[in-house]
Amino acid sequence: MNYIDSSLKVVGTRPIRPDGVDKVTGRAVFSADTRASGMLWGKIKRSPHAHARIVSIDTSKAEALPGVRAVLTSKDFPVIASEEAFVGEGPMNFRDLSDNVMARNKVLYEGHALAAVAATSQSIADRALELIEVVYEVLPHVIDVEDAMAENAPVLHADMFTAGVNPKPSKASNIAKVVTFKKGDIDAGFAEAEVIVEGSYTTQPVHQAYIEPHACLATYNPDGQITIHASSQGHFMIRAYTAKLLGIDMANIRVNPAEIGGGFGGKTLIYLEPVAVALSRKAGKSVKMQMTREEVFRGSGPTSGATVTVKLGAKKDGTIVAAQQVLKFQAGAYAGSPIGPGCMCGFAMYDLPNVDVVGYDVVSNRPKVAAYRAPGAPISSFAVECAVDDLAVKLGMDPLTLREKNAAKNGTKTHYGPTHTNIGFEQVLAAVKTHPHWSAPLPAGQGRGLAVGFWFNIGGESSATVHINEDGSVMAATGSPDIGGSRASIGMMVAEVLGVPATRVRTIVADTASIGYTFVTGGSRVTFATGMAATQAAEKVVDELKRRAAQTWDIPVDAVEWKDGMAYPAGSNAGAFEPLDLAALALKQAKTGGPINAEVSVNAQGAGAGFGAHICDVEVDKETGRVEIKRYTAIQDVGKAIHPSYVEGQIQGGAAQGIGWALSEEYIYNAKGLMENPGFLDYRCPVASDVPMIEAVLVEVPNPRHPFGARGVGEVPIVPPMAAISNAIRGAIGLRMPDLPMSPPKVRAAIDAAG
Amino acid sequence: MSNLSYAAPTSVDEAVKLLAGASGLAKVLSGGTDLLVQMRAGRMQPELIVDTKKIPGLIGIREENGGFVIGAATPGAVVEAHAGLNKAWPGLVEALDLIGSTQVQGRCSLAGNLCNASPAADSVPALYAAGAVAVVVGSAGRREVPVEQIPTGPGRTSLAKDEFILEFKLPPRPARSSDAYLRFIPRTEMDIAVVGCGISVTLDANGVCTAARCSLGAVAPTVLLVQAMADVLIGHTLDADTLAKLDAAAQAAAKPITDKRGTVEYRTKVAGVLARRTAAIAFDRAMGKNTGKAH
Repeated sequence: MNYIDSSLKVVGTRPIRPDGVDKVTGRAVFSADTRASGMLWGKIKRSPHAHARIVSIDTSKAEALPGVRAVLTSKDFPVIASEEAFVGEGPMNFRDLSDNVMARNKVLYEGHALAAVAATSQSIADRALELIEVVYEVLPHVIDVEDAMAENAPVLHADMFTAGVNPKPSKASNIAKVVTFKKGDIDAGFAEAEVIVEGSYTTQPVHQAYIEPHACLATYNPDGQITIHASSQGHFMIRAYTAKLLGIDMANIRVNPAEIGGGFGGKTLIYLEPVAVALSRKAGKSVKMQMTREEVFRGSGPTSGATVTVKLGAKKDGTIVAAQQVLKFQAGAYAGSPIGPGCMCGFAMYDLPNVDVVGYDVVSNRPKVAAYRAPGAPISSFAVECAVDDLAVKLGMDPLTLREKNAAKNGTKTHYGPTHTNIGFEQVLAAVKTHPHWSAPLPAGQGRGLAVGFWFNIGGESSATVHINEDGSVMAATGSPDIGGSRASIGMMVAEVLGVPATRVRTIVADTASIGYTFVTGGSRVTFATGMAATQAAEKVVDELKRRAAQTWDIPVDAVEWKDGMAYPAGSNAGAFEPLDLAALALKQAKTGGPINAEVSVNAQGAGAGFGAHICDVEVDKETGRVEIKRYTAIQDVGKAIHPSYVEGQIQGGAAQGIGWALSEEYIYNAKGLMENPGFLDYRCPVASDVPMIEAVLVEVPNPRHPFGARGVGEVPIVPPMAAISNAIRGAIGLRMPDLPMSPPKVRAAIDAAG
Repeated sequence: MSNLSYAAPTSVDEAVKLLAGASGLAKVLSGGTDLLVQMRAGRMQPELIVDTKKIPGLIGIREENGGFVIGAATPGAVVEAHAGLNKAWPGLVEALDLIGSTQVQGRCSLAGNLCNASPAADSVPALYAAGAVAVVVGSAGRREVPVEQIPTGPGRTSLAKDEFILEFKLPPRPARSSDAYLRFIPRTEMDIAVVGCGISVTLDANGVCTAARCSLGAVAPTVLLVQAMADVLIGHTLDADTLAKLDAAAQAAAKPITDKRGTVEYRTKVAGVLARRTAAIAFDRAMGKNTGKAH
């Protein structure tokens, strides 16, 4: 059924969040809050070198330390063949993941895991790590993406021959893959162009910076049954990766999802779970592991840093006739940066006749990148949206008008293949035009920037069940960890279908043994895909409730109508019966056919793409180079906001993370390839007082492929901020800042260089 | 695995005896906002911790001979709430108030900040500018030491193993005197100074500077007391020429390094910028024109 044009009573309202009380009172049970009797503490020994061959590991002294119950190295893990995994959100190879979890022959970055211990206390485990003796042969390292692509760069993987080039290269390199997307005739396009702009841009890797470090508790029972408690963006993902890396049947692993303290894409892969299981197997006790913040920075994935060049050609009237982009993405130590989406997203906002995009996936001695909110798109769009702004300046055209003129519409064929359908980009741009911020006078010394962004959003596999409890209250369960309010939105959709208040529905995240397979919470898919499954499950329950009422009244099912949470006879011909509500029907369930519930699994298709536009005003302290954001408005097509407060929260959060990416977050490496700022003091995420109130404006162009019209909303808002801020700085000081972060020293240096 | 003893003596003599008798590393604890973090990070593994907070006089503020005396372990929040200090030494109060979060303010102290001997410590440039004197106690007795003689390098002080600071003395304030502290951080809070600047001045009725002490933080191995900056100010109003000379003097005095928090070039320039801005606030305050907060 489709409810887009229905009058809705629950969807679109703002009930109190179901997980709120637990979280604000500190009672919510996160990964690290779980304990087991007699449990041991597991800890990981990590590489102090950026790149080294492991000559030998001697664990004998550690094993002899009283209190140590198990010590592991890669020898305790099966050798895994190279095989592409489609378990998490980003590209991942099972062999590489195994090597990343426990290095086999070489350590490829500082912080790379190479041994682990389980001991009766944390301090004994720490001491045991010190007693593990490792002999390294230190190798030359490479950190920067351009350096890694150089002819004489140290090569990380002797078997890496660039994919996507013909013929296959004869020499191994750090370039894992080259991808190209072409549309039209780029040379003809530039020949036709009357105005051309070009730019080179760099972005830094940024960490997802979830507040909860990775942690888990694993128990290997003597019968081979394994239980894992862990927070993640997909407990089925943990099960699949752990099973594969340890060579264990999935049926023997049960993963219980803990409350998650942020993921943003960074918890769509694993680091600790197979190690904790292997330690538990060896020690015969439950093993708890939790990373320190320093380990999170040194050992887990940020998103790629990159260099990007953009060249645009346009007619004098502003029609863009040629668009070219070259992207070089850091993948970290193993292949698999988000170069694909990077290549697709930069120009996806525009209707362009001639496009040429080339992307490189490049390894270097850094932690393997992990998904981060709209993986690849913010990097690509930063470059494109700066170039579009420069084009507007060169054309003497209003930046909004230029974007309106070239905006993608329904029917626009993208350079990567698909044709846009049911998109709301024009409506977003129209909302920019009418928003008071866009026309507000700008105080002297300030600059205003505009940038737009795109993300595909995805659907995929989800399972949901709806149970009517014996008292007529409702339980909804899904396999989707709740990282952005999905318990609220799913409960609301179920409540809407059942015709009951949201407070009558309790939504939970069920473990891997208690619900059907569900793909990770990623790609902004849960409210769309899991919401679709839950909606359909609720509809099946309504059908069943109608059947029960028909049976009670002894009338045909099609003579029963479901309205406002009650069964009514459909018209006077059906008979005169008092309506039956959920409680009445539940009370009689034993007599009418037993428990009332339904489970639905879907592979949801038709996730509506999302578009956003951000407007930002900045003031620049020209003497210190410090940029202050004075006003920020984020406008986005959200399809239908199921719970508008959560949607606004997603938009504000994405913009805040983008502000950090733009102005202050970066990895600082020393000459030895070691990270110098593995903590929140010097890895500078914005603090509350750095971020102004972000006004989120919801544009609702319904997605007809979802029962309520929902689109994914969580990723689009991190795409525009970097360019919006760079464009605003250009407005304020007349200079383009093409390199992230646009930190005070860089801004001051640019001002000084300009004289 | 390590053996750690903790003592909270109730007299100076007892504390000194404990410190003198320690066989391994002994650390004095006041608020612990640096020490505990360093221990947790594994950078410091003391054998003995001597908590000074129970020693009479270590916490508290009193007026004495026209000046103020601040107990060495007095928390930042207590200093911040003291009306007399806010009036006489707004720069010192605002500098101490910048340390850490609200929670840290309940513990962090002037002595801890000084003896941690970080060149980027926020309250230290203000203490130098104030001309504060540290009252040091130890086996050899009691001595009074100008604060700028305490830190000798990053993490190092001139205190003997059995010495600690009992209290700080701030001199009496002549009319038209005030101070200010500014630091530059990339964020708005929760950061460590890339450059800090403390300036204390006394002016005559025409706004001409008659006395000045100036200091810079985070631009050398220790906080610097910069006489050349004071020389630029003394005898002048804060006109454009004086400001330019002050900027140049600060830049000339700055001897920073390039590290994860800033480059030599940037820190040097910002030292000049902050010197001008800090002086402007201090002069305004001295003339009673500015009673607001600098941060």
